[in-house]
Amino acid sequence: MASTAGTAPVAVDAKPDTGRRRGRTGYLLILPGLAWLVLFFVIPFYSLIATSLYDPNGSDFRGYDMTYHIQNYWTAIQEYWSPLLRSLAYGAIATLLCLVLGYVLAYAIAFKAGRWKNLMLVLVIAPFFTSFLVRTLSWKLILADDGFVVDLLQTVHLLGEDGRLLATPVAVVAGLTYNFLPFMVLPLFASVDKIDPRLIEASHDLYASSFVGFWKVTWPLSLPGVVSGTLLTFIPAVGDYINAQLLGSPNQRMIGSVIQSQFTDANNYPIAAALSMILMVLILVMVLVYVRRAGTEELL
Amino acid sequence: MGALRAEARNRSDPGMRWVREHLVLILGILVLIYTFIPIFVVVLMSFNDPASRNVYRFDGFTLDNWTNFCGAEGMCDALWKSIQIGILATLASTILGTLAAFALVRWEFTFRSTTNLLIFLPMAAPEIVLGSSLLALFVSAGFAGQLGFWTILIAHIMFCLSFVVVTVRSRLAGMSDTLEQAAADLYANPRQTFWRVTFPLVFPGILGAALLSFSLSFDDFIITNLNAGTTTTFPMYVWGAAQRGVPMQVNVVGTLMFAVSVLIVVGAELNHRRRVRALA
Repeated sequence: MASTAGTAPVAVDAKPDTGRRRGRTGYLLILPGLAWLVLFFVIPFYSLIATSLYDPNGSDFRGYDMTYHIQNYWTAIQEYWSPLLRSLAYGAIATLLCLVLGYVLAYAIAFKAGRWKNLMLVLVIAPFFTSFLVRTLSWKLILADDGFVVDLLQTVHLLGEDGRLLATPVAVVAGLTYNFLPFMVLPLFASVDKIDPRLIEASHDLYASSFVGFWKVTWPLSLPGVVSGTLLTFIPAVGDYINAQLLGSPNQRMIGSVIQSQFTDANNYPIAAALSMILMVLILVMVLVYVRRAGTEELL
Repeated sequence: MGALRAEARNRSDPGMRWVREHLVLILGILVLIYTFIPIFVVVLMSFNDPASRNVYRFDGFTLDNWTNFCGAEGMCDALWKSIQIGILATLASTILGTLAAFALVRWEFTFRSTTNLLIFLPMAAPEIVLGSSLLALFVSAGFAGQLGFWTILIAHIMFCLSFVVVTVRSRLAGMSDTLEQAAADLYANPRQTFWRVTFPLVFPGILGAALLSFSLSFDDFIITNLNAGTTTTFPMYVWGAAQRGVPMQVNVVGTLMFAVSVLIVVGAELNHRRRVRALA
């Protein structure tokens, strides 16, 4: 080991010895996977940027001219700012709700489940193995106008005589919250499970109430899980349009649905690509601001 | 002070005390029940005898949806297509991803952080952006007319790959190399060491990654829908059916998916326990 380390003085003062071998084999092993990602992830992203700058007067039959038509972005924002903002808002609300539900669940599994820990963890993911669309359709049935949830809410007067849940923002946000819950629970659990319960006991010995103990000990220690869980929930939730389409009405249309139909129905590739780029940039900016404020930059 | 408070609590109603002590667990179980509500509905609806195609509610009990499984027009074709794509995407992404994970954990190379970023990004990007970039590539490369099975497969391998790398990498990273050194001390050559020691140890990770890939591929809608052309996968079939009236057989598929995955997880857990007991 000493002889190999000696040939690379940089590695010596960076970290002791990772036990990693050197040589060409490593590159050969990673090359196919990397090539796939470059071909079908990096290059497509470049095509997306290019497409967003094409002359909008072309079509996929006649072909598009590259005219660096920045105007596409302006058109896209002007026409679709409302589904764009709506998606960000729905995504944010659903993420918050997931955080509350997910935290309770992760905390219960980590500290209260005892020997049922593994079982509960399995139960958390099990429902999500059923098809996303089939699950969402069954929410449609549960929230239906003649369903028992609406009936119940009408009896306790939380909902008016002809009030409904389907085709409202409530249904869409509820669907998003439900479908992305495991993305929140799993990272949260990983973080909460690592917390030494003796630290919490110590806070009670020092006369902290349950709430103060939670706020000053558990919560800060679980922050890495909170940050990665909220990101893993927020990003797919903003881009999703299945819930909005199946549980909402055209008034709850989300940006993913606009992008999809601009591509496949309207054949308006430049605008669709520009919208995709805008969504990506907005999410990126929000994530960066959020991560900076949460003060956990080293996580990314 | 703590003692005083505890005493005060003891004097209150024992039922209330029990609830207070187990509040978090009770709430947690309530959340769990909430996650299962749609599954109950899916299982129930798989036995539904619908009065009409346009009304989606439970009307009567029947076994027809199970016995006449392929009776829903086009569903079995779509299902078969999803299974084919799922298997191929799983094979390809598991092989490519496992090789890459070995490279990342066991080999030294330049551009490590760039590579890690490249593997991380597809998991962090919204699906609609991944799907539309791929579509933009296929269209500008002149494949707009060839969208279908192969373009879906390419897309699925792409998004499964990162998940495989991450899963296998964490398994490999958590493994010390003492057993491999012992094998080498016992005159095993590198090939024997790999196949008899390393591979069996990493295998559960690879298997987990493969199962994850299959379920990601099988369930994907947003990326597939953009790159599918006229090909229909199972999620796309359900999407189309949601507009026209959902055949109840869809719920049979949902129930089966749930049952199979629970069986796999339970089987893995039992197998694990058996091994632990055998070692003890």
